[in-house]
Amino acid sequence: MLAWTDLALETARVRGATFADARVVDVRLRDLSTKNGEVGGLSEDESLGLSIRVIANGSWGFAATDRLTKEGVQACAAQAVAIARASSLAKLHDVVMVPEQAYVDTWQNPFIKDPFAIPLERQLALLLAADAEMRRIKGVTISETSMQFRRLEQWYSSSIGSRIHQVKMQSGAGIVATTFSGDEIQKRSYPSSFGGQHQLAGYELIEALDLVAHAPRVAEEAVALHKAARCPDGEHTLILESSQLGLQIHESIGHPIELDRVLGMEANFAGMSFLTTEKLGKLRYASDIVNVVADARLEHGPGLGTFAYDDEGVPAQCTDIIKQGLFTGYLSNRENASIVGLNRSGGTMRAESWNYLPMIRMTNISLLPGNWGYQDLIADTDDAVLMETNRSWSIDDHRYQFQFSTEIAWEIKGGKKVRMLKNPSYSGITTEFWNSCDAICSREHWVLWGTPNCGKGQPMQTMGTGHGASPARFRKIKLGAAFAK
Amino acid sequence: MTPTRKSFIKAVRKAAQKKVVAGPAVAALHIPSDTELRGLAERILRLSDADETEVEIDAGADALTRFANNTIHQNVAEQMLRVSVRTVFDGRTARATTNKIDDESLCRVVLASGELARSQPKVPGLLPMPGPQKYLKVNRYFEDTAEATPQDRARAVAKVVAATAKSGQTAAGIFATGASAMALANSKGLFAAHRQTRAEFSITIMEQDSSGWAKSNSPDMRQFDPEALAASASRKAATSRAPREVAPGRWTVILEPSAVLDLVGFLFYDFAGTAVRDQRSCFNKRMGKKVMGANISLRDDVAHPLQSGPPFDGEGMPRQQVSLVESGVPKNLVYARSIAKKMKTKPTGHGLSLPNESGEAPINLVFDGGTTSLDEMVATSDRAILLTRVWYIREVDPYEKVLTGMTRDGSFLVENGKVAAGIRNFRFNQGILEMLSNVAQLGPAVRAAGEESFDMVVPAMKVNNFNFSEVTKF
Repeated sequence: MLAWTDLALETARVRGATFADARVVDVRLRDLSTKNGEVGGLSEDESLGLSIRVIANGSWGFAATDRLTKEGVQACAAQAVAIARASSLAKLHDVVMVPEQAYVDTWQNPFIKDPFAIPLERQLALLLAADAEMRRIKGVTISETSMQFRRLEQWYSSSIGSRIHQVKMQSGAGIVATTFSGDEIQKRSYPSSFGGQHQLAGYELIEALDLVAHAPRVAEEAVALHKAARCPDGEHTLILESSQLGLQIHESIGHPIELDRVLGMEANFAGMSFLTTEKLGKLRYASDIVNVVADARLEHGPGLGTFAYDDEGVPAQCTDIIKQGLFTGYLSNRENASIVGLNRSGGTMRAESWNYLPMIRMTNISLLPGNWGYQDLIADTDDAVLMETNRSWSIDDHRYQFQFSTEIAWEIKGGKKVRMLKNPSYSGITTEFWNSCDAICSREHWVLWGTPNCGKGQPMQTMGTGHGASPARFRKIKLGAAFAK
Repeated sequence: MTPTRKSFIKAVRKAAQKKVVAGPAVAALHIPSDTELRGLAERILRLSDADETEVEIDAGADALTRFANNTIHQNVAEQMLRVSVRTVFDGRTARATTNKIDDESLCRVVLASGELARSQPKVPGLLPMPGPQKYLKVNRYFEDTAEATPQDRARAVAKVVAATAKSGQTAAGIFATGASAMALANSKGLFAAHRQTRAEFSITIMEQDSSGWAKSNSPDMRQFDPEALAASASRKAATSRAPREVAPGRWTVILEPSAVLDLVGFLFYDFAGTAVRDQRSCFNKRMGKKVMGANISLRDDVAHPLQSGPPFDGEGMPRQQVSLVESGVPKNLVYARSIAKKMKTKPTGHGLSLPNESGEAPINLVFDGGTTSLDEMVATSDRAILLTRVWYIREVDPYEKVLTGMTRDGSFLVENGKVAAGIRNFRFNQGILEMLSNVAQLGPAVRAAGEESFDMVVPAMKVNNFNFSEVTKF
């Protein structure tokens, strides 16, 4: 495949490009799902193609094709150069990138069991068994399960001499029980909502989730929610379990630190960021106990933001984002790193597939663990609400004001979990929320969650991101705005 | 943004993509003719020994010029051809898809579909594939749009950003064009084909503490004027300078068509027969009851001149016009073939590609409009909020259909019949059925474009008692 990327680079050079990088990507997907005891979706998808990104006349051009022939690749590269020349019609200055070394390397994320080698019958049998366990519980109106696998193989070459081959294997699964009773729909999901848990891992992840064992509890809670008390309104102490906290990190830290957003590149669609560049190194983003990193390295874990090189050939790195509460870093690329005083890209450029332009994406944006045992945290809390599993999420286009609701909550009184609560929600302002954090649980309770469906860019791309978190406590948080009458 | 709001959205998006995706970066790119599509489909059908076989082909080319800070910072083009095969063996069905169309790959995708199908239990209620059908004729392919070049888009953008810079403002946005062709064929002799172009221009214009937005799209790029859209966004940014903070609460709100679209778009799946049967639709137990105002009527109508997309569904059934709500009363749902049989009714031609667990969805919604212009809505309001667009909308309560989200890029206080000032943006938590029960005035229905919903034909609305729950810092 590197012959195709080399041909594209050479064509672009001859046509006048001053920089080019090309990717061939081969993607294989498998999706399985069930609903109410029947197979719902069952499909496989493969897609192979090439794209090339060029600078010509000081401006960017990009083209992608699935015609992997000499003529197809040459036409694609020529088209990218022509597009770059057209871009220069509305140019204010030439594109300048910070330097990067050339790398020749090959990498594959470790996994134990190739999910595409596991018989489909076995995968479907597992989903149907979990589905049946949920339907066993009286009151469940819809039982749903799903499993997804994605293998992405990429060959990257650039005009500075990099030649990088990477293979990423991703697995994920989840279950949901939905109940309709009276005038209310409730649901419970495991291990998280909106598709479950996803990691750069093989089928061993699916086995470890043990969907069948958790199915009855999920279904029972979905039924019990109808009779639960309503979550209180007003200012309360809030404890978030780790998957909800992972989404909180995603929305109120991960997106605002994207430097392209800060600089206005996303202003028309995803929005901008309150984290303007003068705040770097000065803003008290969070309380002293809060430390957040953007870590794409394998040693951080098998997150959906883990890789060896990003899609402009920059090695995976760990960047301090919040250090002891202070805002210390952005997600950057080769084009914009110098704007915040960096002499090297943070290595965060990724594209959904061969046909998309790489852009700044979250890697693994994780809250580092604290020192609290989970039971100690509950025992230390007199009066609070513990919220679990996201149900809805929304945040403004500068990433200040947010509102989340979760599937379930628990009342904490006198250091004990005393009763189930329904329709929980909380809202706030990003920096006020993170500055109210006064306890974070330890490594033993830390989970690296995968968000497989983060949307950004025009045309919109979907990307997987990772978020490590352990349960944490926040003081004086506004509850109940979503359901207030 | 984390976009997936329901598990079925992937399947629905796939159906919707047939409305909007694709388009050549340059005229030289080849979009297959119906004859070429038929030839490829027949070639694939001949490779299959399944009981029944269905082939979907999607081909196209897309190009998008993106600008920010008054300069083009991204300019992309893509061409693709995708073949998807569904086979049926002994009452079992599955799908395999590839973009490789050499003989070996086509054989492999047919075999892969068969292997997937045979790996599962029998699918209860799987119907035989339909035979040949007759379709409405729709013309949604425009040569001018198909032949748009990167230079055409760049020149239009250059003109707009030059004017913006002259006003001391900053522009960001996109200009996209494309064309696509698709076909669906099966071993029962069904063949359906559709060709379409698309064009879209969206712009946000910013000042120090304010912004304005405008967007339009159409299969025919001559139907919108980038300079006029930019001028509108520019005026909004200028008018909303130094935004005031006003208290949240229940307000009379004037929603421009884009804001209406992104809110009411969340209702579309509730009209699916499958959603009602699953008891997850807000119309469950409410069919035939008055749940909206008498001034609200809507239908699904693929043939409407302001609509787009193919006149057939994911199984090749003809899309029919369905009256969904009449004078505030939900009257009818849409049905794929299998759910129609289970619910003892007739299919309406709104099925998603099989296999799927979601069933069907109306994706060509058309609201009845009124006669009140946006200016008249403002002029007849003592105190109201005027909204250009809403953003990051998510469902809070699926049965009461309560949505949350933010206002954005052009939110104004109206006082004494005039736009008095820009305001800081609000968060809302609003039941959509309640909202559609409180519509005081309706504008003419237009093709609107937003970011959170499929394109629809909707009117501007003046709504009483709209619930803003909190305010943000800008």
